[in-house]
Amino acid sequence: MVSEGPAQRQSAESAYHFAQAALAKGHEVIRVFFYHDGVHVGARASTPPQDERNIGAQWSALAAEQGLDLVVCVAAAARRGVLDEEAGRRLDQAPAPGSLLPGFRAAGLGQLIESGIDADRLIVF
Amino acid sequence: MATPARKRFLWMSRRAPHGSVQAQEGLDALLMAVAFEQPVSVVFLDDGVYQLKRDQDPARIGRKNFCAGFPSLGIYDVHDIYAERESLALRGLREEDLLMPVRVVDSAALGALMEAHDVVMSF
Repeated sequence: MVSEGPAQRQSAESAYHFAQAALAKGHEVIRVFFYHDGVHVGARASTPPQDERNIGAQWSALAAEQGLDLVVCVAAAARRGVLDEEAGRRLDQAPAPGSLLPGFRAAGLGQLIESGIDADRLIVF
Repeated sequence: MATPARKRFLWMSRRAPHGSVQAQEGLDALLMAVAFEQPVSVVFLDDGVYQLKRDQDPARIGRKNFCAGFPSLGIYDVHDIYAERESLALRGLREEDLLMPVRVVDSAALGALMEAHDVVMSF
């Protein structure tokens, strides 16, 4: 679980390095759940300066390469304006993928709890 | 995919109730674990013990009084609620300052508590 935003905290980057290391060791990463300000990691509109790291884009690339399931909490994202207006209004509908980076999807907190049940380890960053 | 055997979840709630939405969102996640019928224990530590302070009136700062729901957690079969003794003492909180009775445990006992659970969540 990534619980901090990409701009002010290292949480998303530490989780990224950890996931890479775990995958390199042959572990399976069944899901990465972005909660609290962590939902900003999946925001397509985020544009850090070009000479700086774009951790959202890096997660996106890792997801494409490894088939990771990147899930942004729909309620936390709606609260922070990360999902577009229509998706924020209709939480029961599939949110617009247009507001998220490729490889990210929005879903409910049940996905976090399910991960805790299914995985051997759930790690909070 | 069928959901397999239950896991014992431990919620470690370390943030002050107001000033950020993290504690409140932590409670949302806790209630989801309860909805999944998982056994959940909760421990309040660090600034998280302020969530247990009685007589909160956060409406005056435009905040929801979500802590008022803690005494009702028993309805959802959440009975194992702890607070760390050192965190309470450091902040001058006594048990009679709390909005509900909790099991006060020493810092040294927290390791065993974590050991006794399958999934440790930190909020």
